[in-house]
Amino acid sequence: MLIRHAPDLTENDVTPKETYLRRREIMAMGIGAGLSALAGGAQAAQLTGKLSGKKTFWTNEAQTPREAVTTYNNFYEFGTDKSEPAKYAAALTTRPWTIKLDGKAAKPQTVDIETLLKGALEERIYRLRCVEGWSMVIPWIGIPLADVIKRAEPTADAKYVAFESLARPKEMRGVRSPVLHWPYVEGLRIDEAMNSLAFLAVGLYGDLLPNQNGAPIRLVVPWKYGFKSIKSIVRISFTNKQPSTSWNLSAPDEYGFYSNVNPTVDHPRWSQATERRIGEFRRRDTLMFNGYGDNVAHLYKGMDLQKYY
Amino acid sequence: MLTKPAHKPKRGFTPDIIVVCLICLLPLLWLVWRFLQNDLGVNPVETLVRQLGVWGLRLLVVGLLITPVARIFKQPRLIRWRRPVGLFAFAYVALHLTSYIAVDQFFDWGRIWADIVKRPYITFGMIAFVLLIPLALTSFNAAIKRLGGVAWRNLHKLVYVIVPLGVLHYFLLVKADKTMPLVYGGIVLVLLGWRLWRWIRRKV
Repeated sequence: MLIRHAPDLTENDVTPKETYLRRREIMAMGIGAGLSALAGGAQAAQLTGKLSGKKTFWTNEAQTPREAVTTYNNFYEFGTDKSEPAKYAAALTTRPWTIKLDGKAAKPQTVDIETLLKGALEERIYRLRCVEGWSMVIPWIGIPLADVIKRAEPTADAKYVAFESLARPKEMRGVRSPVLHWPYVEGLRIDEAMNSLAFLAVGLYGDLLPNQNGAPIRLVVPWKYGFKSIKSIVRISFTNKQPSTSWNLSAPDEYGFYSNVNPTVDHPRWSQATERRIGEFRRRDTLMFNGYGDNVAHLYKGMDLQKYY
Repeated sequence: MLTKPAHKPKRGFTPDIIVVCLICLLPLLWLVWRFLQNDLGVNPVETLVRQLGVWGLRLLVVGLLITPVARIFKQPRLIRWRRPVGLFAFAYVALHLTSYIAVDQFFDWGRIWADIVKRPYITFGMIAFVLLIPLALTSFNAAIKRLGGVAWRNLHKLVYVIVPLGVLHYFLLVKADKTMPLVYGGIVLVLLGWRLWRWIRRKV
């Protein structure tokens, strides 16, 4: 048998891209934390030490396994199949990363993700209901959206908040084809954005957000269909008119600006009355505002939700 | 030839037909195996229903492909493959519907009926399935004899409506990336176009 050296291979070639990218992520968190993460085997609990311990938004419902949360994703920037983000999102560089706060604000500014990560973080367990009729229960880690908005001091003119995702074709293969409006854009009314439920997640299950879940920072608005919870945010703008949203531009009769979870308003192509909780066999009834009516129903008082779907 | 032909035309389960049946059975065995192994992904019910539907459509398209291939490559024996392929296509579509009723909706007849009436993609899918039933029921020799060749052939031309309905069903269900339904649509267009072209050529 012929045994030969392979001088044509470098360290670079034999290190899986994922490992290499994780290394970068770990470095970014500080060597100490990085070492403990390495010592703990895979990627155990990078963020749990930093949590405030507040349990304001909690549910005792069974949490969807991390495996499911991180391999079943709608993140069209990495492909339209739900298994594709987990396969291809490792190519995304999430450092350096800044979020531009601009528009109708007294203090427009650019915030570095590291600044946000250094601040107080809290864990919230939210239900997530996808417009496709499935749902999950996810332990997020992050900061209230209102806290970030307040940094910019939006003016009285700021009636809406527009969000924008990164669109970097080199690293996001899905962005190379025009299946949706790129960059992905979303929006909220300012009172929706200031509601205490609206959350910016930087982690889940105790760790930094995996890329496929919208690293390094994504919105979580659990009373709305999942596509409103925009991922990998690079810009938050304050406007006086209703911002456009990618899915609404793609199919206006199917995806409205509000897109509140509502079992009585069907998607034109399928019913929204029930959902399948990932991991469960039988469908369950979908709840109005995904069960968060106590927190958000007052925002829509007097509005015809059939019309403003 | 007046004497007995050297080779009687073979009927029934000849080796090639058995092989075709086994190949058609493979996706089902694969799905059942993965289902039992709990390997159908994060949303196994959705995967099961979708995969059964996609395989039904694939076999319907293969069924449409057999005649052109047999004619172009002058392999008339291939025509016999249409029956097993067509019947397996029916079986996959029937299982697709059954899994939707029994596993996805869990016999919630009210909701199922509402879906059929209100959701165009389900309406078209149901029409396609209903139209497949007479074809499956007349896929044995006695039925062909009773109907007579011409009537039988005309009846089975329904498949030229059924397959496009199946593609439409798929197209309407997809959210944004219509690539795959369009690929199937393109193939079906070519296969039906070939028939149309031959039909026109015969007329003139």
